[in-house]
Amino acid sequence: MATDVTQPGSGRSRSQHSAFSGIEPGGLGAHAGFRGGGLARRDTADSLERGLGWFSMCLGAAAVAAPRWVCWLSGLRSPTVMRLVGTRELTAGIGILTQSDLAPWLWSRVVGDTFDLAALSIALGRRGRRGRAAVALAAVAGVTALDLFAATRLTGSRAGRTAPGVSGRTDIYLERSIAVSKSPEECYRFWRSFENLPRFMQTLESVQQLDERRARWVAKGPMATRLEWTSEITADRPGEELAWRTLDDSGAANAGSVRFEAAPAGRGTIVRVSLHYSPRGGALGAGLVRLLGHDPQSRIREDLRRFKQVMETGEIPTTRGQPSGRRSLFGRVTRQWGLMS
Amino acid sequence: MKANVWYGKEQLKVESVPDPKILNPRDAIVRITSTAICGSDLHIYDGYIPGMLPGDILGHEFMGEVVEVGPEVRNLKIGDRVVNPFPIACGACFFCQQSLHSLCENSNPNAWLAEKLWGHSPAGLFGYSHLLGGFAGGQAQYARIPFADVGPIKVPEDLSDEQVLFLSDVFPTGYMAAEQCNIRPGDTVAVWGCGPVGLFAIKSARLLGAERVIAIDRFPARLRKASQWADAETLNYEQVDVREALEVMTGGRGPDACIDAVGMEGHAHGAFGTYDKLKQALWLESDRPPALRQALMACRNGGTVSIPGVYGGFVDKIPFGAVVNKALTVRSGQTHVQRYLRPLLELIEKGSIDPGFVVTHRLALEEAPRAYRMFRDKEDSCIKVVLQPWADVPTVEPEKVHETGRILH
Repeated sequence: MATDVTQPGSGRSRSQHSAFSGIEPGGLGAHAGFRGGGLARRDTADSLERGLGWFSMCLGAAAVAAPRWVCWLSGLRSPTVMRLVGTRELTAGIGILTQSDLAPWLWSRVVGDTFDLAALSIALGRRGRRGRAAVALAAVAGVTALDLFAATRLTGSRAGRTAPGVSGRTDIYLERSIAVSKSPEECYRFWRSFENLPRFMQTLESVQQLDERRARWVAKGPMATRLEWTSEITADRPGEELAWRTLDDSGAANAGSVRFEAAPAGRGTIVRVSLHYSPRGGALGAGLVRLLGHDPQSRIREDLRRFKQVMETGEIPTTRGQPSGRRSLFGRVTRQWGLMS
Repeated sequence: MKANVWYGKEQLKVESVPDPKILNPRDAIVRITSTAICGSDLHIYDGYIPGMLPGDILGHEFMGEVVEVGPEVRNLKIGDRVVNPFPIACGACFFCQQSLHSLCENSNPNAWLAEKLWGHSPAGLFGYSHLLGGFAGGQAQYARIPFADVGPIKVPEDLSDEQVLFLSDVFPTGYMAAEQCNIRPGDTVAVWGCGPVGLFAIKSARLLGAERVIAIDRFPARLRKASQWADAETLNYEQVDVREALEVMTGGRGPDACIDAVGMEGHAHGAFGTYDKLKQALWLESDRPPALRQALMACRNGGTVSIPGVYGGFVDKIPFGAVVNKALTVRSGQTHVQRYLRPLLELIEKGSIDPGFVVTHRLALEEAPRAYRMFRDKEDSCIKVVLQPWADVPTVEPEKVHETGRILH
């Protein structure tokens, strides 16, 4: 239904991608396929990443299957914690070996390594286990260095590019589309009335039109922060396209466009959003929010879905406020964070 | 209100929860008069459905009386008696417009989760995991129905609850399974599994003109029902070699169509049965597919294998070479219930079918935990349980409940 044609983790092979141009007609039309460089995916994991992935799998398997043995080996105590560590390692390993966007999985390894280093440091303070704990600590430190190197290499390589005409750094380019059973004109009209946007853009609090071209945006940022910025419209073709860019360096610098393409045989409209943006908190921040599902890719995917829902049904399906039995902590947290309905 | 709440594998509790409220303009609230336990609820009970959270209210086969409607629901009014389809469908998206309601693009608030597991998300369902929306189910005294202007069908007062209740799921599900077989005069249809869906598939295959229907199960009571109700020939797979029997019965050609009404918790004997149980226990495959394997092998060249049985994730050792080299057509899907409501209600009104036939037990909602166990273990020849949300808990001995609760046909 919705398609995502780029992943920021594809960074390293994206050097050809140069200018922010919205989408040129014919460049990425409904049938034109993907544009080259900007949308290229990771070809294959490099041997370092692949190695780390398999390392995760092996360590994870050992820790899950034989937690006591791994505990003995590393001078740690709790087989239960070891099993959890193993599960974490397996998850990261599967992520690295199967997903096209490696960066968040490598960052998750770095976070895990930090935990392990802390645990081993504590073990080092205990008598009788020092020798093994020290060896394990040295090994983990080495792996941590490799993880950190691989993660920053992947994330760092796409930093520093700037879309022309945008102040602030815009590092990441992404595109997503969704099919809506309404005409391009209807879709355009709804989107062009900016006061409608908070209805389907979850983090948006308000949009205030300042004059014909400029608007003031207020959005909820991560961790109860608030983002505000001013944007101007750079292209406005009724029934076809809207493009914008931010004017001030607010930490939310972005430039993008939304195109409304008539789908063939009366199948409504393909709504196509492309966006250059600059992640808050830099590369590490981007990796972390992506793990939590609050990254721009997921947000645009969900916002587009909600746009479709509002257009087609007049409402957004929800379960918020429905009865249930007692929720576990996990259930409460996932619903509170809006991860699951 | 009282509701049947899931807290984990084999852990159900009927307890007091808040009443549902209208949350969206197209919602309605019904006061439930009858609600049933579906065979697919047993997959949840046994812990095989991913995406369940403790505290979820179960149940997706229910009917009742409309007690509240949202401002955008114009076709229903308070007091209407309705049966509710188990998939939630908006009626406006690409798939709803083609009457593929169980594929509605707009009704699953957790679509992204389902996309991770299956590539794309189907419709939201009542009481069937957070992968499919996390909607509170209908084994309760009240339920909220989203898109109430599309789903529920009004039913005439002169039909009893049990005559129309199964329009919510098992009747259309069995019917769609048979319809997908594209039955032509002279066809033989073999049906694996004689639970409610299998029985409705058997009966529907007959209604759609099948010459012979062969019912496969291991419980004599269920096989008896199949032969009584739909004049099916029966095979008990614990007593005969099903493949061999089907060959003999069809002149060595195989059934024209095969229906797998078993799904992910199939039973098999011998090495393959042990193999599946082991793999499922180790989480190396999520579903056990012995019935599907056998159906694919048994089906005649160029035939159709129709799968109403629920599979959730990954299965192993599927003879896909048989699909290719025998030019089989494989059809499946959650049921597009909305599409079948009206035509099947007409069949009931005409007297072509009395769906109440499948009911074996009628119990109070409070007894849901016991009813699930009984249904799962086929105790007391249990085939279908109808729960009554407003009945008082019977104070009689359990044995007596069986006697008074059972409907004899």
